[in-house]
Amino acid sequence: MASISAPLKQKRSFWAFLDKPSNALIFALAYIALTLLAVVLIDRRSLWYPLMNMITTPLFLFTPLVVVSLPLGKWLKVGMFVAMLLVVMPIVGIYNPPFLELAIQISIFAGLALGLNIVVGFAGLLDLGYVAFFAVGAYLWGMFTSNADTVFMVNGWTVDGGAFYIFLILGVAAAALVGILLGLPVLRLRGDYLAIVTLGFGEVIRILARNLDAPTNFTNGAQGLSGIGVPPLPGFLIGFTESMASALGLRVDNPDALAKQLLYYLLALGMLFVIMLICSRLKDSPIGRAWTAIREDEVAAIAMGVPLVRMKLLAFASGAAFAGAIGVLYAAKQSFIDPQSFILLQSISILAMIIVGGMGNIKGVLLGAMLITIVELHTLTNLSLQFNALRNANILNIPQQLDPSKYQPLVFGVILVLMMLFRPAGLLPERSRKLELQEMREEDELQHAMEEPLRDNVLADTSTPGEK
Amino acid sequence: MSSVTIDAGPQAPSGLDSFKQTALYRFLIFPLGQMLVFILGATVLLTVFVYGLAVLFPEPRPNIVLVEQLNRQLPGMIISGISIGFVYAMIALGYTLVYGVLKFINFAHSEIFMVGSVIGFSFMSFLNSLGMLAGFNPILLVVSTVLVSAGFSGLLAVGIERVAYKPLRRAPRLVPLITAIGLSFILQDTVRAIASLTINDFNLTYPTRDIAWLQSPLNPLVFNIGGIDVRVRITAIIIMIAAVIMLLILNYFVNGTKAGRGIRAISMDQTTAGLMGIPVNTMISLTFFIGGALGGAAGALYGLNVGTVTPYIGFIPGLKAFTAAVLGGIGNVTGALLGGILLGMIETFLNGTLVYFPAIGIRYTDIFAFGILIAVLIFRPSGLLGERVDEKV
Amino acid sequence: MKTHKFLALMGSAALAAALSTSLVAAQDNVIRIASQTPLSGGQSVLGVSMSNGVRLAIEQNASVLEDLGFTVEYVPFDDQASPETGVSNAQQIVADASILAVIGHLNSGVAIPSSEVYDENDLVMISPANTNPLVTERGLDTVNRVCGRDDLQGPTGANYAAELGVTSVYVLHDTTAYGQGVAEFFAAEAENLGIAVLGFEGTEEASNFDGIIQPILAQAPELIYFGGIYNQTGVFISQARSAGYEGLFMGPDGFDSSELAAIAGEAVLGTYYTSVAGPASIYPNAAQFIEDYTAAYGEGPQPFAAQSYDATVIAINGIAAAAEAAGGLPSRADVAAAVRATENYEGLTGTITFDDVGDPEIGLYYVIEVASADPAEWSNNSILATLEIPSPAFAASMEMEPEATPGS
Repeated sequence: MASISAPLKQKRSFWAFLDKPSNALIFALAYIALTLLAVVLIDRRSLWYPLMNMITTPLFLFTPLVVVSLPLGKWLKVGMFVAMLLVVMPIVGIYNPPFLELAIQISIFAGLALGLNIVVGFAGLLDLGYVAFFAVGAYLWGMFTSNADTVFMVNGWTVDGGAFYIFLILGVAAAALVGILLGLPVLRLRGDYLAIVTLGFGEVIRILARNLDAPTNFTNGAQGLSGIGVPPLPGFLIGFTESMASALGLRVDNPDALAKQLLYYLLALGMLFVIMLICSRLKDSPIGRAWTAIREDEVAAIAMGVPLVRMKLLAFASGAAFAGAIGVLYAAKQSFIDPQSFILLQSISILAMIIVGGMGNIKGVLLGAMLITIVELHTLTNLSLQFNALRNANILNIPQQLDPSKYQPLVFGVILVLMMLFRPAGLLPERSRKLELQEMREEDELQHAMEEPLRDNVLADTSTPGEK
Repeated sequence: MSSVTIDAGPQAPSGLDSFKQTALYRFLIFPLGQMLVFILGATVLLTVFVYGLAVLFPEPRPNIVLVEQLNRQLPGMIISGISIGFVYAMIALGYTLVYGVLKFINFAHSEIFMVGSVIGFSFMSFLNSLGMLAGFNPILLVVSTVLVSAGFSGLLAVGIERVAYKPLRRAPRLVPLITAIGLSFILQDTVRAIASLTINDFNLTYPTRDIAWLQSPLNPLVFNIGGIDVRVRITAIIIMIAAVIMLLILNYFVNGTKAGRGIRAISMDQTTAGLMGIPVNTMISLTFFIGGALGGAAGALYGLNVGTVTPYIGFIPGLKAFTAAVLGGIGNVTGALLGGILLGMIETFLNGTLVYFPAIGIRYTDIFAFGILIAVLIFRPSGLLGERVDEKV
Repeated sequence: MKTHKFLALMGSAALAAALSTSLVAAQDNVIRIASQTPLSGGQSVLGVSMSNGVRLAIEQNASVLEDLGFTVEYVPFDDQASPETGVSNAQQIVADASILAVIGHLNSGVAIPSSEVYDENDLVMISPANTNPLVTERGLDTVNRVCGRDDLQGPTGANYAAELGVTSVYVLHDTTAYGQGVAEFFAAEAENLGIAVLGFEGTEEASNFDGIIQPILAQAPELIYFGGIYNQTGVFISQARSAGYEGLFMGPDGFDSSELAAIAGEAVLGTYYTSVAGPASIYPNAAQFIEDYTAAYGEGPQPFAAQSYDATVIAINGIAAAAEAAGGLPSRADVAAAVRATENYEGLTGTITFDDVGDPEIGLYYVIEVASADPAEWSNNSILATLEIPSPAFAASMEMEPEATPGS
């Protein structure tokens, strides 16, 4: 514990120390080595494994962030960043598969959050049914490859895993189309109406998915689609998995399953990278500026000649398109989807990522997605497992009813409320939004000052009763 | 109710006009008449619709003659439609009142309703644990349960406003909406945590089995009308009576009292109202209290009717009530009443008819509410009774 | 400055983490048995009781493995009755190499996708409660169950309804994999037997059934079959009764919880349900189990607790057999093979031999009538019929049709 307070006490010297690039490199390498050691060393069988896992895995996941924020040379930074993502993390993943799973989920949700960020962050249209587009993509792939008795299966209209990459594109198209279809009627609505209508729309898609098993079976209803097709597995991944496993001295029963996870990891990372690129390009393009204009003041935007309908539709369609593509990947990875995977809580958790990170800011949204996904899938579960282990060992008896993994909605709720009250612009705010909120605060104080003296002065009752 | 306009011209009022000025007319006869018109109108409209369906599809399924089924179902459907419609209307009033003064959708209102139903359960269970439930006067029991739920929910709504909305009044529109979403999750899970920790279960069953007058043979009441047995659940009657009384009180409050006038003034122009000396914050709190109390009362009545409540019952009725508010014209008190009754009737009639069309069935009932919501917003965003609203974001 | 603070924090946390992980000691030769049941949510009454059954079985039978030099630990997971949670838990479970068997789930909709994850990693699953045919029909080597199947349970209900002289039924289900599945089997058999099926509807509604009840009343079926779980069906039964429905109710084993009586109250009288698990009190070997269970957890076992106990003992025996054969820690595939080879295991709930797909060769099906509206009296519900029906795979191997043959 002494290590925590030491650097804080010697503040100045520590900063100076880090500012020197060679020292920064040492710090980065030391950080990577320490967290790697921590992740690798903990023993699954120990009593405190869940707690240690809860702490060390996120620390290791943050290594790319640490590398990026250090004052290192540009190419060194990029080199270390890429090496971490493409070499070190897969190897750790082979050693510890749940880590890989978490990394895949983070990439998937980060992609979704970036997509929603276009709609909410860039264009200022609150969409509470975003998960519907995700579902469109997932069901598209699921319906054509699942082994369930759907109309596709019965009539032999199925495709094999090889079509995966074509379906990624089809997923983009289908979700974008649905996005436009939803966008057209609701574009005239104001922010809060839009929110509720999109929420309703999300529910409609879920109810359809749940009930379109009769009279014609499209979605297999509540039974869900299982045995969903997997993309072809490149041989080098299997070779890599096997050689890495033997180098680490691991007994791997099923190298194909691990290699498949590696493939999903690489695919999810690749898609995230593409989405990120598109987003940052869009943001600084005329389209992005048009979105900002709409977000800030619709009337002024129209007056300036921004084609409102087209721009709003574009925002809906591009946000939806990303979700569609990720949906295809998600269905393949899960190999099972059912309507319960696309409930309102999912939409809200994606929204929470944007809000925590900072609406509109791409880096912020990535950070938010990382934090929320870790909390959702890792922290709460491990905390529950830890409580359970302690209960088993008769050390600490926390009632089952207080199991942290059951309170995921509560955690989201608290995060949303606290962020809105104290840091509405997010952890890494977008500059313009920060300024806007600052203005709002100042205006608010002014208003307060004006209202104070009037507060107790109730006007005498003179108006005619019953009049409107 | 708030749309009541009185011709108070300079010329001497005639007999009828002066009668219209009396409190009896304005606060009892007129609103009652309005409710009756809405109910009759909705009933006639939907009856014509379903019998129209029966003409188009006389036998939608083998051995089912739709007209015969509808004849048997009609009284039951009307009564269920009205009772659930009043519940929707009471919740919708909460949305509409808050929207009226703050121009903001209180997304957490559905959970206030849920809390009301849970408080109703707790109160009745408390009485039961004291052994007082069985001997309680029926009317007193209902009144006290509703009052306790309403009071608690009203205070909760005020507290939520103070903590979570008031600091954000000047923020961009989306900010308080997101806070409200967060709050609804917090409320759900808090109730669940308390229920699971105290009674180890969150299926909360009203102790109605210990209330003699809720048991058969009294419940349901059976009337024979034209050879058809009409069964009416006592709780449905309770909902209707209680709702009518509360709506009358609300009407009096909004249109007949000084505080009500203050609320109306704020909903027209907050800044000017403030400058005219109306205590804006107090009035906003009051609005939240009334909206919350109505929602809580609706929750207790709903809970008594359905028997078992959970922390998750608020979402769907809340969404439907919101639809009702939009349907009637959000911000408009009369509109909420009309929208609630209409939506409740539509839902019940659709449920009762669609079962005979196997390809559709009742699985899609919830979609219809959303469909209505979207359709209204597209074709008549101001709702049936609302005026054109400012479209600026 | 902010970046620096962040870095300092991260750096020191990394240091602390690395230090403390090296301090945490590990135990060796641990074998873990996991369970996945809903420990929270509306169905947790059953899920918690199942988990208790597993825990009790491990406590009482761990010596089999301890004699071979292993330590046995129990890891309960909460699947929240949600497929998504089930699958993500399954991934956690298979990653822990010391887990050699899973007992679960309660809901077929959760068991089916989760078992695909187990199977991919050769981890054996023994289900105490999943009745959907698809659980075993997929022919996975790792999936077994100690209870019966819906394609036999649904028809058992229909047969009994015909025996009661019912001529018309209305079928509802909760639109879940379980409820819809069993309701479809019930409806199909009812039609075969000449009972008029007046309606077949699914609903997610959980609290206000008013609108659904009206058309049912208008058609006045003699029996309403609801394929669903007690927390929803209980509310329905209570409302249907108070709306004036006077016929009978019937349901699958999802009705089998004292909560049904707690929710529905007096209305529950006149309710029948089929079950693949009789109340523990009816099994000749279960008296000791009930006594031990009550002593350990302060209340009597719910349905499926005894089945969970049996499933766990089968798992322990399988692990022990595989360990003896391997002369040390067995592989998961060995355990799965040993479990499938279980023959004539004398459990609390009957004698179990698995057939080729993992169903018990002879399944026991009960028709039970709710005897009292008092939840405390639930275990005294009267058993009207007990049927021994061979599983389809076993029947095929014996070259005979699976027909309901009234037994003991």
